[in-house]
Amino acid sequence: MSTAIEVLDLRKKYGEYEAVAGIYLSIEQGEIYAILGPNGAGKTTTVEILEGYRDRDSGSVSVLGSDPGALGIHGSAWRNRIGIVLQSTSDAAELTVAETVHHFSHYYTKPKDPDSVIELVGLSEKRDAKIRTLSGGQRRRLDVALGIIGSPEILFLDEPTTGFDPEARRAFWELILSLKAEGTTIVLTTHYLDEAEALADRVAVINAGRIVEIATPATLGGRHLAKATISWNEDGNTHSKISENPTEDVLELAKRFQGDIPELTVTRPSLEDIYLTMIEGQK
Amino acid sequence: MNTLRLGLLRGNIEIKQFMRQRESVIFTIFFPVLLLFIFGSVFKDTIAPGVTFSQYFVAGMIASGLVNSGFQQLAINIPIERDNGALKRLRGTPMSPIAFFIGKAILVFLSMIAQVIMLLVFGALFFHLHLPHSGALWLRFTWLVLLGSACSTVLGIALAGVIKSGRGAPAVVSPFVIVLQFISGVFFVFSNLPSWMQQFAALFPLKWLTQGMRSVFLPDSFAAQEVTHHWEIGRTAIILVAWLIAGTILASRSFKWSRQ
Repeated sequence: MSTAIEVLDLRKKYGEYEAVAGIYLSIEQGEIYAILGPNGAGKTTTVEILEGYRDRDSGSVSVLGSDPGALGIHGSAWRNRIGIVLQSTSDAAELTVAETVHHFSHYYTKPKDPDSVIELVGLSEKRDAKIRTLSGGQRRRLDVALGIIGSPEILFLDEPTTGFDPEARRAFWELILSLKAEGTTIVLTTHYLDEAEALADRVAVINAGRIVEIATPATLGGRHLAKATISWNEDGNTHSKISENPTEDVLELAKRFQGDIPELTVTRPSLEDIYLTMIEGQK
Repeated sequence: MNTLRLGLLRGNIEIKQFMRQRESVIFTIFFPVLLLFIFGSVFKDTIAPGVTFSQYFVAGMIASGLVNSGFQQLAINIPIERDNGALKRLRGTPMSPIAFFIGKAILVFLSMIAQVIMLLVFGALFFHLHLPHSGALWLRFTWLVLLGSACSTVLGIALAGVIKSGRGAPAVVSPFVIVLQFISGVFFVFSNLPSWMQQFAALFPLKWLTQGMRSVFLPDSFAAQEVTHHWEIGRTAIILVAWLIAGTILASRSFKWSRQ
């Protein structure tokens, strides 16, 4: 596997405010990489530098072997290989879904079939609807269609599922996993921790312009080592116990109750719990 | 796909979007005709032998039509497209910026043609506008239209670059255009204006375009009523070309794909 994106000591200031204060990332080809962090942590600035939208103050950046801050005349060939789904937009209101997706397909040298892309994002029924009549979630799916129409090698997704209902979100996850199966590298920023958990091979947590940790969703913040909490109901009261050996403890409880343990739950900290602890610890 | 073909596709998309926004169609194409109707009906006086004010006014309205369809339309719409993310999205694709500007130029050109035809037909039918009677005058009309709209396009893009938000754009652009129309000999006879105002107006292209259009649509004898007693065709061409070059440089420096 080779590296799709390499970032070393990236820095960016807005006036006196240091939005990105030395970020290192190494994203492998074909992986789904989630960037998490609170608002104002530097996620969008970092991603926009990778996408070629923003200049950086210092550090080195390589995306598909090119520096997005110094593309010059190679910009078009480079952009032909990447797809970008920006945060909310409201453009092209008067065009229809099909017109827009077909039009954008002309920009790329190896476009996907526009009609299959419309189908893939679940907008077939809306193909002849004007974009201004779409709901927020449908609009977002159109954004995704425009991001993937060019068969990108790297797809940047900035909070892609904002406004999706749960069903649409699941369908979107399927779509992203199918793109990964085709070998697409995916860089995802999101506020939904369950989304990062369902999709990402690795997550980077950013806070105050710095990386807090990079790990798989299952091991972030030592989550796989964290103790489980067992709780149950006994004599009308809820009891709970933090356990290093939940299986043993549950067996023991089962013995004591001689069968069913009332209202038994065994939980480990969710990715969200871990994430919130990490962000809190930084403050 | 090459840039020119993409530019044509962009033009097609721009025209679709334009035609589906009823306000913009009415504002850009029908508004000048409405103004012609009002002014032409109110001011029926003759301002020189064989020249009515409405004829004078049509020539000026055709010139300011070039300003409406290029300068005004782009300086208002580009900031709106910057705000709604359209430009940023395009910047993230391999499409060449040149294709984008070809698309805009096609939109300006076609909306300008539509507007000029409306004004010519309406002016000829109701306000005794004399259409040019020689090939030479049609030729002059053609280069004035082409040069004028090119100028208007690049200056519109240049101004769009310094306008902060789409919401504020009409408030900045419209007064600009209306003041220019007042001082450049569209709503008033130019030679009746105070001379300081004439000199100030002469810095801008609209004054020269209106004068050029008068040379096309008014009898040659009317040249004597102009400030210098000449149509000043050569000087008009030089000034428009100078603005075109300046506008191109300003536009390429000021253009921004996103709000930062």
